[in-house]
Amino acid sequence: MTRAIETSQLTKQFGDFVAVDGVDFYIPEGEIFGLLGPNGAGKTTLMRMLCGIMRPTSGEGRVLGLDIVRDAEAIKKRIGYMSQLFSLYNDLTIVENIAFYASIYGVPRETRRKRVAQVIELTGLQGLENELTRDLSGAWRQRLALACAIAHRPPILFLDEATAGVDPVSRRAFWDLIYSMAGEGVSVLATTHYMDEADYCNTIGMMYRGRLIAVASPDTLKDQQPGILYQVDCDRPANAIEVLQLQPGVMDTSFHGALLHVTVEPNGEFSRLEKTLKQQGIEVRSIEDIQPSIEDVFLNLVDEERVTAQSVKVE
Amino acid sequence: MDRLWSVVKKELLHIWRDPRTLGLILLLPGMLLILLGYGINFERRNIPAAVADLSKTDASREYIEYYTASQDFELVYDAASEQEILDLIDQDLVNVGLLIPEDFGRKVATGESASVMLYVNGASDPSDVSAIQLKLNAISQMAAQEILIERIQSTPAAASLQLPINASSLTLYNPDGVSYLFMIPGLIPILLQVQALILSALAIVKEREQGTMEQLIVTPIKSWELMLGKLIPYLIVSVLNLFALLWLGDILFDVKIVGNLWELVGLSMIFIVGSLGMGVLISNLSRTQMQAIYMAIFIVLIPAIILSGLLYSRGNMPIVTYIYSELLPVTHYLEITRGIMLRGVSAAMLWSSTLPLILLSVIYFISSVFTFRKRI
Repeated sequence: MTRAIETSQLTKQFGDFVAVDGVDFYIPEGEIFGLLGPNGAGKTTLMRMLCGIMRPTSGEGRVLGLDIVRDAEAIKKRIGYMSQLFSLYNDLTIVENIAFYASIYGVPRETRRKRVAQVIELTGLQGLENELTRDLSGAWRQRLALACAIAHRPPILFLDEATAGVDPVSRRAFWDLIYSMAGEGVSVLATTHYMDEADYCNTIGMMYRGRLIAVASPDTLKDQQPGILYQVDCDRPANAIEVLQLQPGVMDTSFHGALLHVTVEPNGEFSRLEKTLKQQGIEVRSIEDIQPSIEDVFLNLVDEERVTAQSVKVE
Repeated sequence: MDRLWSVVKKELLHIWRDPRTLGLILLLPGMLLILLGYGINFERRNIPAAVADLSKTDASREYIEYYTASQDFELVYDAASEQEILDLIDQDLVNVGLLIPEDFGRKVATGESASVMLYVNGASDPSDVSAIQLKLNAISQMAAQEILIERIQSTPAAASLQLPINASSLTLYNPDGVSYLFMIPGLIPILLQVQALILSALAIVKEREQGTMEQLIVTPIKSWELMLGKLIPYLIVSVLNLFALLWLGDILFDVKIVGNLWELVGLSMIFIVGSLGMGVLISNLSRTQMQAIYMAIFIVLIPAIILSGLLYSRGNMPIVTYIYSELLPVTHYLEITRGIMLRGVSAAMLWSSTLPLILLSVIYFISSVFTFRKRI
């Protein structure tokens, strides 16, 4: 399978600060790859280097087989890019914005009108063609930004925090659109700090402090988690968590609303813990073993990273 | 070409969708031309003067009349002493003082050499001071000559006596010395300069600040397409300004273009492209709109007003200042507007101004293309 994106030891430094630190990864064609991580993890910097608008300090990268430094301009012809700012011209109408980008991307004059109409239909902007962009709500602006980015039918799409500030319903609709495009063979690299969006991706890469700390499908990442995760509903959860933390075999505890998430070693049984809680006068209403969320996975990975970093320091 | 046209269309839409700014762009230069055209006057008339006539004779009163006969000086104070004259000058109430000593009348009558004292306030505009000194010298010499002739005429040798040289001067092109005839062709370049520079200095940095630049640099657009696409709409606006200013100069100040209008328009367009190029260059080098405006004002606009030759002659400038003024397209363009509008000189004869203008315009435009980075 050909690779839409491929990097090798890609690094970007700003002075002493390493924004992207030796990143190695690839995206097969037609796949949706999600880059997850907190703000400042280096996601946007990595994406900017791949789009040819920022030079790497060291390392290499290829987009559609083209070198990100030498062939930056050739790459720009073949990609669609949508940034978190939905950078549109507020004083232009929807049609004018799309037509402008279509022509900048070299969509020939003869087919441009038709292409603009297609994109408007695809993104559900019909009826708003002549609205000024400044009058649009966030969700409509997001669709318009996507329409501008795909007006030239790019085989690869970069989405940088493309769902930031948009309501959940519109986010869902947006991802459905991205799915259908991926179905037609478009490769997608998306960054997000909404952990729940990871489930939309074929593969996710977790970034933390410039490094890619894990790359796998969401399910694999969840399955790879050590231990078993239980969701516990009990009274006096604050007391319960104190008790549980001290028990042997308990790896991790955390609050999820009024519920507790308790990770127990793989061979551990929760029935023993339930007894302990009862002895303390805490009533357990229900216990369920659940699949960890991507957020749990991410927090675990970050903990591991911290431990490794500390042990390196001690050495 | 298609991309270039799209950028032009987009920029025109930005201008068109902001009618208030468009109104300012089109009206303000014209209003300023009216204000400055009437306002700036180089001729110094009715210079306030004080006289201390200690002699109080017919001879002294006649002598004073030489000074007040022309409209150059106006006697606004009768002083009683030298000290009073000095005080009046200190208080900036008069620019000129004339002290006629007590013995003036007697000495003139007896044919002795009488002396008078002239005071000039040197702490005002240097070109004013030198003009005043010239006028005073001319008047005092004329008065002395006439008194001398009167004396000689009362002797027998008088019949054959004439002044040895009688010089007359003829002022070409602006015979009446009307200052706005000189000012209008100078103000037009300055107004176009301000206009073109401010418009274009924001062109790139504005998109950078509003976040749309990031979206543009990930596209395959070429630097020259973006730069030229941004310049063309502003060139159109500036040419509209030029015609409006020429028209106002004609109907309000009766400043007709003596030379060829189309040569003037062609060279004006070259000047505008150069100025716009300078503005875009500034825009490329700025991170914020504030920086761009500061650079435009301090690096180009203030020097353009003071060093271009609009107000002061450039001949006496120190070499560094002179070279700096040569690097401003407006300096050369000003020579061209004055040449074509006032003297009716053809563009070919103005090659010492057109050549540097064209060269500078090309350099500034090309540097604007090369300083634009399609990276963050």
